[in-house]
Amino acid sequence: MNAPVPGQLTSSLLYLDGVSVSFDGFKAIRGLSLVIAPGEMRAIIGPNGAGKTTMMDIITGKTKPDVGTVMFGGNVDLTKLDEAAIANLGIGRKFQKPTVFDFHTIEDNILLALKSKRTVGKTLFWKTEEPQQKRIDDILGIVKLADKRDRLAGSLSHGQKQWLEIGMLLAQDPKLLLVDEPAAGMTDGETAQTAVLLKDIARDHSVIVVEHDMGFIRELGVKVTVLHEGSVLAEGPLDQVSANERVVEVYLGR
Amino acid sequence: MITRFLLQNMDGRAGVFLAILFGLALLVPLSNLLLPAGSFLHVPTSTMSLWGKYLCYALLAISLDLVWGYCGILSLGHGAFFALGGYAMGMYLMRQIGSRGVYGNPILPDFMVFLNWPELPWYWYGFSSFPFAMLMVLAVPGLLAFVFGWFAFRSRVTGVYLSIITQALTYALLLAFFRNDMGFGGNNGLTDFKDILGFNIQAQGTRAALFSMTCVMLAAGFMIARGIVVSKLGKVVIAIRDAESRTRFLGYRVDRFKLFVFTVSACMAGVAGALYVPQVGIINPSEFAPANSIETVIWVAVGGRGTLVGAALGAVVVNWAKTVFTSGFMAPYWLFALGGLFVVVTLFLPKGILGTAEALWARRRKPDAAPAAEPAPAE
Repeated sequence: MNAPVPGQLTSSLLYLDGVSVSFDGFKAIRGLSLVIAPGEMRAIIGPNGAGKTTMMDIITGKTKPDVGTVMFGGNVDLTKLDEAAIANLGIGRKFQKPTVFDFHTIEDNILLALKSKRTVGKTLFWKTEEPQQKRIDDILGIVKLADKRDRLAGSLSHGQKQWLEIGMLLAQDPKLLLVDEPAAGMTDGETAQTAVLLKDIARDHSVIVVEHDMGFIRELGVKVTVLHEGSVLAEGPLDQVSANERVVEVYLGR
Repeated sequence: MITRFLLQNMDGRAGVFLAILFGLALLVPLSNLLLPAGSFLHVPTSTMSLWGKYLCYALLAISLDLVWGYCGILSLGHGAFFALGGYAMGMYLMRQIGSRGVYGNPILPDFMVFLNWPELPWYWYGFSSFPFAMLMVLAVPGLLAFVFGWFAFRSRVTGVYLSIITQALTYALLLAFFRNDMGFGGNNGLTDFKDILGFNIQAQGTRAALFSMTCVMLAAGFMIARGIVVSKLGKVVIAIRDAESRTRFLGYRVDRFKLFVFTVSACMAGVAGALYVPQVGIINPSEFAPANSIETVIWVAVGGRGTLVGAALGAVVVNWAKTVFTSGFMAPYWLFALGGLFVVVTLFLPKGILGTAEALWARRRKPDAAPAAEPAPAE
């Protein structure tokens, strides 16, 4: 690990410490701490209600924590920013339920996500330049949707929408990708392809994957964090974590 | 850049619409002024003014379609922006009366003399100048929309709640403009206009010019709205309509985009109101009535939401029907007809007249053509 540069509080890309949030008295997250290093890929698992989605909401600015520190890139306090500012900082998110723009073509979905100035003036007089068009074409190729580029996104199958959303994440070119259940509703073949795609992406991005599918996690082969009732229960390689008695208890019921 | 912005992705539908408007702008005044009254092709002045009114409504409908059809903001208060533009024009026309009013006061409009006002209130200053009045036609509705939108969109007020507060906005203005102390003529409003730019407002030639101007402004409003919706900003706005929070997570400041289209739309509605007032000869607080704004929503729904041309078509069709139904023996049934029309359109033509017609057309053409692709992104 590098020593922190002056002005930076940590050398990690994402740093959560002692984060708690409650909704109407229900503590969704309690004292959660998590550190993601630059370039790291991390899998997060946990039973329903463990706080996985709430954690993503906190990182992306949708939910403000009651207490705790959320730092990005060593010196940016994410709790002070809104969703758009956080997205422009370089944090992209793929939702659990694939959310694409149904009434736009697949190509336009990528265009909207493509990294660019997001101001009113810039979008009003936008002209897609050649390198940008090439980038869009590349991404359409990576997510295997190039031949369907002119179709409306609403006409895609569930699995294809998941891929389109991953493509949109790539177009955003974020420093950190939050991927919520990328393999949900996919066939085994698609799941395996998605794992390959994510591993590919992780080569030059930091990625947090939330997933239920153990086979998928095994395929990713990365460090795993187990959440339970809003805090970290165990952390380490999958084999070690799945041998943990508490984890087994939480997953299988007592 | 502006030309490219206005002309990008010109398609057949827009071309036909613009051609019709320019045809009307030329031929109707010519026929009215040059052909003898008995001729088959002669357009009487009253008909021309009536259609001028329809076209003002068409511009209002396009402005509503821009925010509702494309951005999902169901404004039930767009009549307020229309009326404010109308009042700005009305104030200019009042100042042109000069000493020809009933009381012959060279400065004060008749209603102020009647109320024993000693001098012109400060907010009437400048309205004797046509350029200043035209600036206000844009600025007053635009500023109100900007301030209103600033608070509403930043606080993330959406859906029914937003519709209700837009409705409250126009209702509040209705009550305010009814008051004599406001200085806008109370419930009588502004009327008894004489001149516009030195031309007699009753003269046939002036009416013909106003009609042409309405066609031109409708075309201009349409081209600006179309330029916006086919640009990347238009795609962002549609994205906001369909998945607002997703758009936010992509890094777009949703409130600013909404504010932009809402303000542009309000300015457009203001222009429509300004063209409407000299053609009907009066502006009074009833233009702020919530029912007017709701009727505008019906025009857009009937014509085809999210098509621009359809909104204009809906405004003309519904208002033409209104003219037919409210004159003669069917007069008592107009509101039933309007209500019925809305129910029929909602149930059987959810895409409106234009959307349904185009779907039928596409189906007929389908066997020999590839599945209709969406318009390509801006060149």
